[in-house]
Amino acid sequence: MTGISVSFGGVAALSDVSLTVEPGQVHGLIGPNGAGKTTLFNVACGLVRPSAGRIVWRDQELRRLKPSQLSGLGISRTLQGVGLFAGLTVLENVMIGAHRHAKAGFFSALLALPTADKDDRLLRERAQQALVELGAESYADRYPGSLPYPVQKRVALARALVAEPDLLLLDEPASGLSEDEMHELGELIRAVTTRMSVLLVEHHMDLVMRVCDRITVLDSGQQIAAGTPAEVQANPAVTEAYLGDDVDVEADAAELASGGSNA
Amino acid sequence: MSDSQTPTSAAGAATEEAPVEATAAANAPSAQAAGGRSFLPKSTLLRHLVVVLLAIVAAVVILEITDPFTNSQLAQLSYYAIAAGGLTVLTGLNGQVSLGHGALMAVGAYTTALFLQADEPVPLPLILLVSTLVATVVGALVGVAAARLHGPYLAGATLALAVGLPGLAIYFHDIFGGEQGMRVRAPQPPDAFKDFISFVSGNSATGTKWLAYVGAICLVITYFLLANLVRSRIGRTWRAVRDQDVAAELAGINLGTWRVLAFTVSAAAAGLAGGVLALVIRLAAPSGFTLVLSLSLLTAIVLGGLGSLLGALLGSALLVFLPPFVTDLGADFGLDNTEAAQLAPFVYGVVLIVAMIFAPAGFVGTVRLRWLTYRAKQRAAAARSSSGG
Repeated sequence: MTGISVSFGGVAALSDVSLTVEPGQVHGLIGPNGAGKTTLFNVACGLVRPSAGRIVWRDQELRRLKPSQLSGLGISRTLQGVGLFAGLTVLENVMIGAHRHAKAGFFSALLALPTADKDDRLLRERAQQALVELGAESYADRYPGSLPYPVQKRVALARALVAEPDLLLLDEPASGLSEDEMHELGELIRAVTTRMSVLLVEHHMDLVMRVCDRITVLDSGQQIAAGTPAEVQANPAVTEAYLGDDVDVEADAAELASGGSNA
Repeated sequence: MSDSQTPTSAAGAATEEAPVEATAAANAPSAQAAGGRSFLPKSTLLRHLVVVLLAIVAAVVILEITDPFTNSQLAQLSYYAIAAGGLTVLTGLNGQVSLGHGALMAVGAYTTALFLQADEPVPLPLILLVSTLVATVVGALVGVAAARLHGPYLAGATLALAVGLPGLAIYFHDIFGGEQGMRVRAPQPPDAFKDFISFVSGNSATGTKWLAYVGAICLVITYFLLANLVRSRIGRTWRAVRDQDVAAELAGINLGTWRVLAFTVSAAAAGLAGGVLALVIRLAAPSGFTLVLSLSLLTAIVLGGLGSLLGALLGSALLVFLPPFVTDLGADFGLDNTEAAQLAPFVYGVVLIVAMIFAPAGFVGTVRLRWLTYRAKQRAAAARSSSGG
């Protein structure tokens, strides 16, 4: 994506942001709250139309992108919450994710032709495989509402993976996870890069620094830094955006020691 | 804006309740994880054909052991149930509320009436098929127009259909007979049917009985096809669109297309129901397709359990059999005829209110939720005993 700008009414949510996800890489997108990370994601998904800029995917410009075309293009996305279908079992949820691999049409379903059964069996196998990969196969028959949040997150990830995308967009996959679970997630993300590229929005710095090959930093809709994790960490503009201006460690320490009355 | 879903469930809650209670009846999983043992055939087609066979036997038995009046009531039940089945798929599975299904039934009824006016009418199955197709086309047009609307807005738009369409029949009174409607000449039962009845029970094969059988056949075919859809990927996709439209869209589902498809399918059922209705009451008139008809269908599927075909059948049965039952009961208690007749809507209203308070998931939905809770408890108990011992 190059030169993406978005404004809602008079508010400029993004101005002239560019980033490129290289094949097989994990690209991190970070920034303080309200920096425009999710908006950029929504642009990439066709949920928000940019007022300027181009989105290019596999050397082709995507104009008038609609969210429903996304999976056909080989792009999957998870939502910031979990966005699971409450009335569907876990297995069915993941089967919906494999929608683009379904072949049997309306009339074979209407007449319950064996082709529809066979097609459904293939989808089910795919979905079960994805659940096994994420260690959630024992929940296949349950409804998502009754499951612990981390399990729901895994199911949502399975639903995105089962489409076998070339680009996986993860919107805060680690929110609500414990330290151990986050570690597992990091390993999983590294593991899938053999099959696909990943664009990751995340708040947990240690996870981002560990798994990402490249990082783009946004602040108030502006792109303030880009590069490898080490480069980004060393960039003073990034520290400033996250911690406010001029970090004076000694002054902070002195204030803490004196009891910090105006905290 | 897209990320509407926030986590609400308590971690590790031991229930298996489907959280959307109102549509719990619709959520019978279309895919079981491997391992469950079952005596039913694996193939959906075989399984549903077994049910169809049982339904046919049951229909013949019921129609032959009951008197002609009950036969005509059962014919009435069949057209209510056909329309309710279509509506429950739309409302329960896809989450769209339509108040216009009475009008779509009118489309089917008038088409049937027009075709039967001919001196040499085409065969009955063909007429009913054409009625279904005409209603399907009208339904598809309405569906396309309404695809961007949700909930109350869709209900409003379809309400306009329910109010407006019967008006067309009055406006074009030369063709549609205006306020008086069109008399329908019910076709005579074929000889094969008379032979069949005399072979099975020896009852007289009257026109009423023939129409009850026509209704039953249409009902079985409709439910067979709808059940196939519900249990397939199509039904699953509809439920996904109902539960989380953004997530469904991201999975590659074109929301508009699938909503229109659901509306079209349910319009087809309504059209067939209208055709059967015209045959059974031998009249297609605007007064038969008021808003009350659409509302009755909605209450029927809500009482039975949204999204369940069995629920739609039960709700329709309540619609047909409760009023005469209550009227008889009132007469037994010494009320005069008018008072007894007024009792029926009152009792129906009370039943509806009681159901909404104590069983908001409808009959089938409530049973299903109980079953799920029971199973979850058993599973929890099993887990406890295995970890304790």
